[in-house]
Amino acid sequence: MVDNQNTVCFRTMHLNETVRHSLAAYRSLGGYQQWERILTERLEPEGIIEELKLSVLRGRGGAGFPTGLKWSFMPRKAPGQKYIVCNSDEGEPGTCKDRDILRYNPHQLIEGMAIAGYCIGATVGYNYIRGEFYEPIAHFEAAIQEAYAAGFIGKNILGSGIDFDLYVHRGAGAYVCGEETALLESIEGKKGQPRYKPPFPAQSGLFGRPTTINNTETLASVPVILERGGQWFLDQGRPNNGGLKLFSVTGHVNQPGNFEVPLGTPFRELLALAGGVKDGRQLKAVIPGGSSVPVLPGEIMLQLDMDYDSLAKAGTMLGSGAVIVIAEGTCMVKVLANLAHFYAHESCGQCTPCREGTGWLARVLHRILHGHGQMSDLALLDSVAGRIGGRTICALGDAAAMPVQSFLKHYRHEFEHLIKHGRPLDAAA
Amino acid sequence: MSFRTAPPAQLYTGDKQALFTAELRTAIENEIAKYPAERKQSAVMASLTLVQDANGGCLTIALMDQVAAYLDMPPIAVYEVASFYGMYDLEPVGRHKVCVCNSISCLLNGSDELLTHIEHKYGVAAGGTTSDGKVTFKEFECLGACKDAPVVLIDKTYHERLTPAALDQLIDELD
Repeated sequence: MVDNQNTVCFRTMHLNETVRHSLAAYRSLGGYQQWERILTERLEPEGIIEELKLSVLRGRGGAGFPTGLKWSFMPRKAPGQKYIVCNSDEGEPGTCKDRDILRYNPHQLIEGMAIAGYCIGATVGYNYIRGEFYEPIAHFEAAIQEAYAAGFIGKNILGSGIDFDLYVHRGAGAYVCGEETALLESIEGKKGQPRYKPPFPAQSGLFGRPTTINNTETLASVPVILERGGQWFLDQGRPNNGGLKLFSVTGHVNQPGNFEVPLGTPFRELLALAGGVKDGRQLKAVIPGGSSVPVLPGEIMLQLDMDYDSLAKAGTMLGSGAVIVIAEGTCMVKVLANLAHFYAHESCGQCTPCREGTGWLARVLHRILHGHGQMSDLALLDSVAGRIGGRTICALGDAAAMPVQSFLKHYRHEFEHLIKHGRPLDAAA
Repeated sequence: MSFRTAPPAQLYTGDKQALFTAELRTAIENEIAKYPAERKQSAVMASLTLVQDANGGCLTIALMDQVAAYLDMPPIAVYEVASFYGMYDLEPVGRHKVCVCNSISCLLNGSDELLTHIEHKYGVAAGGTTSDGKVTFKEFECLGACKDAPVVLIDKTYHERLTPAALDQLIDELD
């Protein structure tokens, strides 16, 4: 076969770059055949959902929730409009995988969304794409036009009597809209402030109607799972950690990039795929799942495998699969101050612990970094972080607190050194 | 049963055909058509983006009021959206926007050098506009292109793995 045998979301990557996002390219790889099969054979949604459960596809946006289970929560046969929403508001620092799905394989996402709509009883889908993604939006919108023209979406698709309309909703620059209920608020034309749960979106989501929200990579994985079978997908990874996963390996590596590899791949191998640590430097630390997850020292990471359960056992998370590599010679105070600044900037301001706490964290870290810290600041950081986590409507508060706690756990001596001597312990570059 | 109420509406009684240009109205109508008929407010983000682009890159109170009228929204609901999202500019901007990503993967690959360089060479800090009105510099949170760090968004195009010299060249090429 062709050299895309062990790919799921990057199935089109080996094709000519000027045409790989086109309908013709996708069709040449068997694209839309699963959707055609579902419509012509009138497959039962329950059976498709069972196949997804068998595959143990877990949400690729960061939470890792089983996709089949999420779809089964939808009141599929209840009357009234229901919605499928794709979350392409990729903004977790370190994460840049969905951008490449939108740019290089948009039709597979469209097919995945159509299938999802069929399974949950939704005839309308929205893809929420962050506003800065001009090129990915252009590719995805062109793909929508092609899919309408070819009759794969629209009214009475392929004479089946099934309708599915798909639209792009552009974001406008707010990290918090990656949180699923903030994203729904944003589609409703409001500030992106997360909602209380319950009610969960499957009960009351977009416009108060039952809604399922999935990540781009999750939805784009669906057609391949149906083509090759849930068992095949599961076998690619590990028990309870099915399939291949896109990892964005960035930071201090020689060849940063997106790599689609089986879940359970040793971190050491993934690092090698990215060309190893930049300029032959030593590995210092890794943030393995996007900026929100706890950091781990390099020597621990080198022993770990990249799947949900292995990383959870080690005290961190797979998150979005964004692997941020940090080399020796990097001041960890500077890194944490950068992360804290991000969360302070992106807090939506709704919950007091997050609105005020993220600002405190950023300001205290800023003064430590610039040589004005006191030893008592470390206890203050611990205390403020501990008072944010678990006390907010959405996970942005936890996301701001977890890096602080993990950096202080593993690199407290660097903070103490900077406070005591006014200069970083480790800052060759 | 719905747990959420519809957004507050404020019906505009004036002539909507007098708002904006015909071209903009068509573009806004295309956005409104994506959503249920009673949910015109959903088109507010896209409308603000379209109006901002047509106005040289920034919004004004008068323009936001027109968006509110066109979508039958209370003006305050439009201001809330315009001030919440980072891509709307509520102050005048230069002819071009140069947005430097400052998040972690870009920091590890020299984005702070780009920002320092800009401040020294062009004499403006992030958020400022050059005195000739050519460029507004902005610091942006993660642009979602971390494998290509450091990344700079110039108007609508991503530029990847930039050095200060390469950034200078791109800025020189702007009109």
